[in-house]
Amino acid sequence: MDNIAGQKSSLSLVTNIAVLLIVIAWLIPTVGLFVSSFRDRDQIAASGWWVAPFSVELTYRTRADATPTEQGNLFVIEGNIFESEEVRESFEDGESSIAAYGLRGREPGAFEAGTEAENRDGGTIQVNADGSYVYTSPEPIDGAPRVYFVAETPPQFTLDNYRTVLTADNMDRAFINTLTVTIPATIIPILIAAFAAYALAWMDFPGRGLLIATVVGLLVVPLQLALVPLLNLHNQLGIGQSFVGIWLAHTGFGLPLAIYLLRNYMVGLPRDIIESAKVDGATDFQIFTKIILPLSFPALASFAIFQFLWTWNDLLVAKVFLPSAGDAAVMTVKIADDLLGSRGGDWGILATAAFVSIAVPLLVFFTMQRYLVRGLLAGSVK
Amino acid sequence: MSPVIQGIITIIIGVGGCVGYFYFANLFIDKVLFPARGVNAGRNINRANMIRPWIFLFPAMFALGLYLMYPVVGSFFRSLYDRSGDEFVGLGNYARLFNNPDFRQAFLNNILWALVVPAGATFLGLVIAQLTDRLRWGNIAKSLVFMPMAISFVGASLIWRFVYAQDGDIGIINAIRFYFGAEEGIDPLQIPFWNNFLLMIILIWIQTGFAMVILSAALRGIPEETVEAAIIDGANPFQVFFKIKVPQIMGTIVVVWTTITILVLKVFDIVYTMTGGNFGTEILPSFMMDFMFRDDGQATAVAFVIMLVVLPVMVWNIAQARKEMR
Repeated sequence: MDNIAGQKSSLSLVTNIAVLLIVIAWLIPTVGLFVSSFRDRDQIAASGWWVAPFSVELTYRTRADATPTEQGNLFVIEGNIFESEEVRESFEDGESSIAAYGLRGREPGAFEAGTEAENRDGGTIQVNADGSYVYTSPEPIDGAPRVYFVAETPPQFTLDNYRTVLTADNMDRAFINTLTVTIPATIIPILIAAFAAYALAWMDFPGRGLLIATVVGLLVVPLQLALVPLLNLHNQLGIGQSFVGIWLAHTGFGLPLAIYLLRNYMVGLPRDIIESAKVDGATDFQIFTKIILPLSFPALASFAIFQFLWTWNDLLVAKVFLPSAGDAAVMTVKIADDLLGSRGGDWGILATAAFVSIAVPLLVFFTMQRYLVRGLLAGSVK
Repeated sequence: MSPVIQGIITIIIGVGGCVGYFYFANLFIDKVLFPARGVNAGRNINRANMIRPWIFLFPAMFALGLYLMYPVVGSFFRSLYDRSGDEFVGLGNYARLFNNPDFRQAFLNNILWALVVPAGATFLGLVIAQLTDRLRWGNIAKSLVFMPMAISFVGASLIWRFVYAQDGDIGIINAIRFYFGAEEGIDPLQIPFWNNFLLMIILIWIQTGFAMVILSAALRGIPEETVEAAIIDGANPFQVFFKIKVPQIMGTIVVVWTTITILVLKVFDIVYTMTGGNFGTEILPSFMMDFMFRDDGQATAVAFVIMLVVLPVMVWNIAQARKEMR
């Protein structure tokens, strides 16, 4: 359109804004997860991730534990609430201010900061915005009195969630399990499929057309159909629910797409190269390893990415072909079955676990996107 | 044995086995079975070349046969037997399914999914492909919309829990409602009927990128002259898009649509993670998982129903592939 004289699209500003809005809408959920995974547990509960860079009002519980002194006929505790033992760690950077305080857990913010209130001992208490407080009592103070307060707390970003997820929740094990499932399940089908694709693309034999049609048909066979018969078969063979079983299953399920993609690509390679190699006396095996494989690298890469993403992200096959108990769980199963149950309300942990599980695919995706797109196009656009 | 070592050994055995199989099988027919020398050299070369394709194909055919073709038959026969697998019940499992209101619900929901998700993803993908087509930062925008493709369905479900959560400090929907003065948080996933659509949005979010990438390539392939001619004839941008561009890429749109439809009929993760099939959101794949490990007869029956639903798409796919090969 741009090359037509006098025609400048008047919609260009609208287009820019529309695309910007779409992209933002697309990213918001993921950004929410990402931000939440770095937030402190209390802060997640107190405010939404969209206000994460701002201060939050959090409630704290502590004791007025400075040393009491006797002033006239009153017993007085004077000190700074931020320095009391129970909350000292949370306020080390010292930039907080108190909004309100209280003496009972049910009303932690009953009195505004800077006002004086009556305490249970019959004396008074006053907590100021800067944390300084004065507690008086007509009688000797027995033990440090409870004080609750609501403080403006600066945003806190921590790696604690990651530490918890990667150590306490067995996610490190699940991560390794996922890798263990994924790598063989990616490499083996590529090898098998490459030979088959070469035969279907460049060798002449009766029944070739039928085989290609079969592969296309098998592309859409629903996975669900395979679960029960194959699990029974594995049990009879003695493989049972194990890593070997899931590798074989992923290999079988990945093959149709692998053969289809690779064959489509190999058919497009120039006939001359292959025929001149044949004339020079190369065997089919040599043609395949020395000419076809190196030339097909883009297609091999794109299928490898597909299969990697698919096996990494898979939940169904892992649930059926790996033992359900404990040690063999992959990350998706771990999250869906364990964490959502036991840590259902712990949003920081959930976000972190999810982010750990999607980090590797995202990395692969953004570095290898070129091949992925090429593979997609080879599969569906002629 | 640690799974890591086991994995490494498997890679070596698997890869080494494959390479060794191909190499030695080739060596065997060339040197031992049909050596290309002596009186029968010519005949032997021909014979070796007749057998070679099958050597190349054998592992793939074996795996495909065992892991995809046998299960179709195996599942069907298993679905004719009862729970323990001993007693033949004919179509009894199917009859029980169709009398089960949960199954009918799952079936109807599944049809809804198969209609809404491909339509939504294809439409959005097409619109975004067109909008980003001439944009200077179009490729970045596309890359970001494409990103959810890399995320697992489980991960995506967790991501969207942060949108749908009942707590106004977690879920964006409730946060917006509170902002406009709502008193109490609602759980969007418990609203009957409409919760299905909230789950579908997740899959649309994932699949739009796929549709966009393919349709964007198709849009690029449209001959420039047709568009220019339409503009000279006074067509406005909307007319150009709907009357000139869309009809020309109709074939690709159909391919994208069917591909997503097939995918929709397999996805069980989202429903499983978000609602566990409660609140009327059950679909066939998640319904099947309820029977898995407990009643193989009914589980395979559900799987076979899914197969029947996919069958027309499969036939159409094969017909297309054969047409192309001619």
